[in-house]
Amino acid sequence: MLQRNTSIAAVSQDAHECERLENLHPSEWRNPQPADRYNLVVIGAGPAGMVAAHAAAALGAKVALIERELLGGDCLNIGCVPSKTIVRTSRLYAEMRSAEHYGAQIPADIRVDFAAVMQRMRRVRARISRVDSIERLSAAGVDVFFGEARFTATDALTVDGARLRFRKAMIATGARPDTPSIPGLVEAGFLTNENVFDLTELPRRLLVIGGGPLGCELAQVFCRFGAKTTIAQDMPLFLPKEERDAAQILSDAFARDGIEVRLNTQAVRVRVEDGQKLVDLVSDDYKSTVAVDAILTGTGRLPNVEGLNLEAAGVECDAITGVRVNDFLQTSNPRIYAAGDACLEHKFTHTADASARIVVQNALFLGRQRLSALTIPWCTYTDPEIAHVGLYVRQARDQNIAVKTFTIPMHDVDRAIADGEETGFAKVHVKERTDRILGATVVASHAGDMINEITLAMVAGIGLRTLARVIHAYPTQAEAIRQAADAYSRTRLTPTIHSLLRRWLAW
Amino acid sequence: MIEVCELTDEALLDGLQRAAFDYFLGAVNPTNGLVADNSRENSPCSIAVVGFALSSYPVAVERGWMARADAVKRSLSVLRFFHDSDQSGSADATGYKGFYYHFLDVHTGTRVWRSELSMIDTALLIAGALTASMYFIANTPEETELRELVEALYLRVDWRWSQGEAATIRQGWKPECGFLHYGWDGYDEAIVLYVLAMGSPTHPLKDGCHEAWTATYQWENLYGYDFLYAGPLFVHQFSHAWIDFRGIQDHFMREKRCDYFENSRRAAQIQREYARRNPHEFVGYDENCWGFTAGDGPSDEMPEVVNERRHLFGYAARGVPYGPDDGTLSGSAALASLPFAPEIALCAARNMGQRFPEMLSANQYSSGFNASLASTDRRPWVSSGKFGLDQGIVLMMIENYRTELIWKLMRGCPYIGSGLRRTGFRGGWL
Repeated sequence: MLQRNTSIAAVSQDAHECERLENLHPSEWRNPQPADRYNLVVIGAGPAGMVAAHAAAALGAKVALIERELLGGDCLNIGCVPSKTIVRTSRLYAEMRSAEHYGAQIPADIRVDFAAVMQRMRRVRARISRVDSIERLSAAGVDVFFGEARFTATDALTVDGARLRFRKAMIATGARPDTPSIPGLVEAGFLTNENVFDLTELPRRLLVIGGGPLGCELAQVFCRFGAKTTIAQDMPLFLPKEERDAAQILSDAFARDGIEVRLNTQAVRVRVEDGQKLVDLVSDDYKSTVAVDAILTGTGRLPNVEGLNLEAAGVECDAITGVRVNDFLQTSNPRIYAAGDACLEHKFTHTADASARIVVQNALFLGRQRLSALTIPWCTYTDPEIAHVGLYVRQARDQNIAVKTFTIPMHDVDRAIADGEETGFAKVHVKERTDRILGATVVASHAGDMINEITLAMVAGIGLRTLARVIHAYPTQAEAIRQAADAYSRTRLTPTIHSLLRRWLAW
Repeated sequence: MIEVCELTDEALLDGLQRAAFDYFLGAVNPTNGLVADNSRENSPCSIAVVGFALSSYPVAVERGWMARADAVKRSLSVLRFFHDSDQSGSADATGYKGFYYHFLDVHTGTRVWRSELSMIDTALLIAGALTASMYFIANTPEETELRELVEALYLRVDWRWSQGEAATIRQGWKPECGFLHYGWDGYDEAIVLYVLAMGSPTHPLKDGCHEAWTATYQWENLYGYDFLYAGPLFVHQFSHAWIDFRGIQDHFMREKRCDYFENSRRAAQIQREYARRNPHEFVGYDENCWGFTAGDGPSDEMPEVVNERRHLFGYAARGVPYGPDDGTLSGSAALASLPFAPEIALCAARNMGQRFPEMLSANQYSSGFNASLASTDRRPWVSSGKFGLDQGIVLMMIENYRTELIWKLMRGCPYIGSGLRRTGFRGGWL
């Protein structure tokens, strides 16, 4: 098994990697002399930690930021950034293979140069790492410490032999992959998001265990790169939290791509024979074995709460759900807050960012901002993308809210037709007989961009009636949202109003 | 073959209905009354198809296609078989807890294909049995025995057990692994299942089970129609073959100021709208050529099929608007919308029959056809199989359209009435 990517030793040393390391953990770095007391000590320099450190420092606070590995955290190093970079390349390959669909010639020789794919990924990652660089942090006045943080008191901790005292602290230590307990898996070796981006050769045959966002995205990516890919999911559909139509469309897209889809299927045992990994799969009473060269697991994430000596600080935590926080993101120690994956159910970069901003307000400026007040969208970057915000229909019905959904298939959107990207839909859920938006799901090639309009409307309290008056540039795929608003407007034309209009127009 | 353009509506429907009935005459094993799932060689029996067969005999008697005594004999034969069948739940039994395995050996009646103990297919079988018991009400030893057998079959079904520990009914059970680990999610053909299960005086579901199921419903405005979403047409038809949903509403439909019958009409309109749009540009689709449902279709594994970069789904539940859609249509599905939307269903039946006569042979609908996969002589790909479910739904929906016979019979069934009331239905004929 490969080592964790964020550990510096495992990173291959090309020019891009050198730049990234120099930005995120310079080899010559020496921790500064700690201040007497910090307004805010932030543990963990992932998205939440970086946002909090920059925001607090910009407002004049004395801030320390502690990181045990690389600045930028999972998102930059082993998460969103590298994965979206290779998603882009995989889409390009898929488009090349279906060039005729767009009236173009299929290139004569489509060969996947996996090394070039990964080199581009490293180049992009290095470039984006400049934003999170230690140089910028230092320029902002943040004291950066590398090392393992360990609480020693309710208002102090140690890092690399130094004692840091604080008025307030924020735990933003992130999360790590949850390894499924499948006999033989560890011995056979497996990939997670922590080491998959270190691959230098494309596995010829890949089994993905887990049909959540990570498993789905990477299964499609590796399939499009040419790996014979099987995905095993122990539920009836992928992305079990999403609407079933969205998950069904994804299953069909996987089948079109040539992924072997195994739903309702569990991996129960792994063994190595003749250099290949044999994985036993069980679906109810059907048993089978697949032979692969690599196994990728994407079966959830666990918060990083070990080794912090949280007991000394009086901070309660749970190994599964993470640091226990209230709606103000305050832990059981009123001086200490938490943000991001270490404490949140929704483990997304943008949620980490938003929660960190709440902590800065609440911890340093007597704020009373609530986590529950956030409207959080999310997106799975498969092709098509699946994005959601707000309530699902089922959640609304559980709350005894009558729901009506305005659905626009993407094949009714001119730009989607022109783009040859007709798979999917925009569904906007409203409270029955009102225009109040409860939530939305968008399945489309660029659903992640499209969901932002709905999020804006929900945060600003804008209903479908107003959205129908918003002029959308034509032709855009986001017109699907306007069409949903138009559909709402048409439902207001009741038979009575129709009759009145007819009478009015009888001149 | 019917020259559809020359026939009156009545003659057209009569011909198609009679041909559909002929399937049951040809596919039955006279020794035990079991009926083959489809017309292919060595097809096993599908218990749901037996339910349709039991419902078809009263129709045949009324229409003079079969003597009453013959119909009673056939019905008794299969009811006795199920009554006396092995209910041990072992791997080669016939059933367990009053439910039956989905597919049975048509000769021995034992489980085949390691199929699941099927809750929905048992419900369709029981609905057919109840239809027979509501029609054959003469005070003769045979018809009395028939009614007693049906009563016994219905009362022994342990619907509550079929929930397992879950809030809703499980989809199936196997002796090898217990309950299949998923249930019903979203609107589907299971209303008749829930109604029968709630109406049972012996083993009714727990209170709230139906509500737990309807909590997963999606009420959508699509192509200008408000409707309870389900993609394939059979979902909007199967329960309606037995239960007249006109004017009766459960809590969900009261909230939406609609009923399931009207919903099925809108579902047909939406299928028509989808075919008119034809987003994948398949051959043949238009406003008078539609019908997306569960059925047979071409698959990528068929060597004779020339597939142009298209993924084919074989036997699948095709639906709109999200698919799967590979260019395969079902003529029987469009026609089976007859009671809900007679104008457009008849129009589609005539249009499709004229343009693609290959989909009918001996006036029976094939399970599916695909004009986008036309052979060199421009004839569409046509499924070689005729399926009992397709013939059954065509026969029953034509009858409900013509005389409402099945609906009238089942309106008088006390178990259906109490099941509907216990699932929250009110109003109308109820």
